[in-house]
Parts: sequence; structure tokens; C-alpha cells
Amino acid sequence: MAGLFSRMTSIFKAKANSALDKAEDPRQTLDYSYEKQLELLKQVRRGVADVATSRKRLEMQMLSVQDQADKLEAQSLQALKAGREDLAREALSRRAAVLQQQADLQTQLSGLQAEEEKLVLAQKRLTAKVEAFRTKKETLKATYTAAEAQTKINEAFSGMSEEFSDVGMAVQRAEDKTAQMQARAGAIDELLASGALTDSSGLVKDDITVELERLSSSSEVESELARLKGELGQLPAASAPQIAAAPTPAPAAAEQAATEEHP
Amino acid sequence: MIVRILGEGQYSVPDSHRDSLNVHDGALAAAVASGSEPDFRATLDALLAEVRSVGAPLPDEELVPSDLVLPSPTATIDEVRRLSGDEGLVGG
Repeated sequence: MAGLFSRMTSIFKAKANSALDKAEDPRQTLDYSYEKQLELLKQVRRGVADVATSRKRLEMQMLSVQDQADKLEAQSLQALKAGREDLAREALSRRAAVLQQQADLQTQLSGLQAEEEKLVLAQKRLTAKVEAFRTKKETLKATYTAAEAQTKINEAFSGMSEEFSDVGMAVQRAEDKTAQMQARAGAIDELLASGALTDSSGLVKDDITVELERLSSSSEVESELARLKGELGQLPAASAPQIAAAPTPAPAAAEQAATEEHP
Repeated sequence: MIVRILGEGQYSVPDSHRDSLNVHDGALAAAVASGSEPDFRATLDALLAEVRSVGAPLPDEELVPSDLVLPSPTATIDEVRRLSGDEGLVGG
């Protein structure tokens, strides 16, 4: 077969053949090769487990991003109630940006899950082949002379090498993919931590939260003031003008002014 | 002949399908050369579907080398270029 497939086949095989060493007297190295296969199999298992762990961590991250999005929505509602449409708009546009990134990652995550399922199957297949190799090597050692065994052993070696190479590549691909996704999820985390959004601990306050808190504390001041004024209203009229001249305590006034300057 | 679909395993495919696979080979090479992702995806899907339908999966305990190695279903054009030595591996 000429063309693309034959080039792929020979390149793949050249790579695969370096996966397992071949020996001068193949019978002597059957046991050694089997030990090595067990070792490689262990590595493959570890790789598949790592992919599963990364996938689970990404799923957790997606959940925390969802929490942040929900929080931004609550903030926008709060801002609207306070009559601050600008602030509500800001919260909603941040929410949209976060959700967009989350959706992209979610799509990749579904792809990764499918890949992981295939890896588990591949690992099972590899395990069966290693076990078959073990049986075959005993037969070969017992039945054949070195010369006779050569071809059969080479065939078994090639078959094993291919399988290891194939599964190894698949694990590597999945690991690369999880690393890329982790980096993207990390970028969302950075966005969350940069002050644009709150982190889940709630210790770092983002600017929208600060603004909303200021709004609510100044409205508390206003209502306190109104209450005091109401109480004063019941006092003799003589003292009222004096108080009306300085209607708000200085700090609250300054804060309110700042709010109006920087909406 | 024994055909390996990367990431999927080996199939035993009757030799009578060799010509048909050659046609797929040409189509996939053309799609890779054109760089068109939809063409590539369609030809790769058709190729792998044929191998799966005419071939019998090799039992897990069988240890034989493949006559033909094909890209995985999720392979990209770039991956196939790399795997076939079109990019770097064999001196461009």
C-alpha cells in the first residue's frame, strides 16, 4: 500500500520498535521483556489515573466558576434595587464573560471524558496482551529452539511494542489536553482572584461588592438620619433650625460624594 | 491483513478490501493536503467506518504486528501530518 497510510505505518512502527528492546537470543530476553512490560503497564495505569484525577479537578473548578456566575447575578440584582444600573450592567457583563469561558471548557471536558473511557478500554486490552505474552513466552521457551523461536518471538515483540506505543501515545495526548485545560481554568481562576471577581473564600472583595456595601451602608446612614430627624421633629421648634443646617454627618457626606463622582 | 486504528485497536480485514482502502488513502491524503478540516473529518470517518464494518476486531490476547496503521478517530490534520512525516519528522 503506497501513500499516506504506508508512511504512517512505517513511522509508527519505527517508533514502536524502540519501545521494547530486542535481543540477540530472543529466548533469553523474554523474561526481561515481560518484566519491562509490567513496568510500562504500571506507567500506563498511572497515566490513566492521572487523567481521571485532572478531569475531576476540572469538574470541581467548573462548579466553582458556576458559583461565581450565580453570585454576579445576585450582585446585579442588588445593584438594580439600589438604583445603580451601571453597576448591574458591569456585573452582568462579567458574568457573561465567565460563563462563555466556562462553556468552552465544558465542551472540552465532555470530549475528555469520552477519551478517558477509551483509555480505560485500551488499558484493559494492554493488560490482556501482557498476560498473553507471559503465556506465550513460556510456550516458546519450552517448545522451540532459538532459531525456530526467532520469528514467533519477533512477531510477539512487535505486536506488544505496537500496543504499548499506541496506548502510550493516547495517554500522552490526554495528559497534554488536561494540561491545556488546566491552564485555561487557571486563567479563569486568575480572573476571579484579580479583583475583577471575588474568590470563593470571600476574603478578597471585588470592586462590585465594595460598591454595593458602600451603597447599603450609606442608605443605612440615610435611614438612621431620617429616624433621628423624625425624633427631633417631636422636639420644640427652637432647636430644629440649628440641626437642619448640618443635616448629614461629615463622613457619610464625603462617601456619598465619592459614590456620585465614581459611579 | 491486520489494520490498527490508533487508540482503538487492531482489526483483521480481508485482503479483498485493499483496493478500497487505497481509494480512501488517496482521498485522505488529498484532504490533508487541502487543509480542509470538514473534508478531512468526512474522509477519515468514512475510512474508519469501513474498516470497522468489514474488519473483525482482533482478540485481546492476539500478539501480531499490523500491516497498516490508521489515525485515531479524533486525530487532527496536524496530527496526521506529524504521523505521516509530512511535518518535520522525516526532514519535512
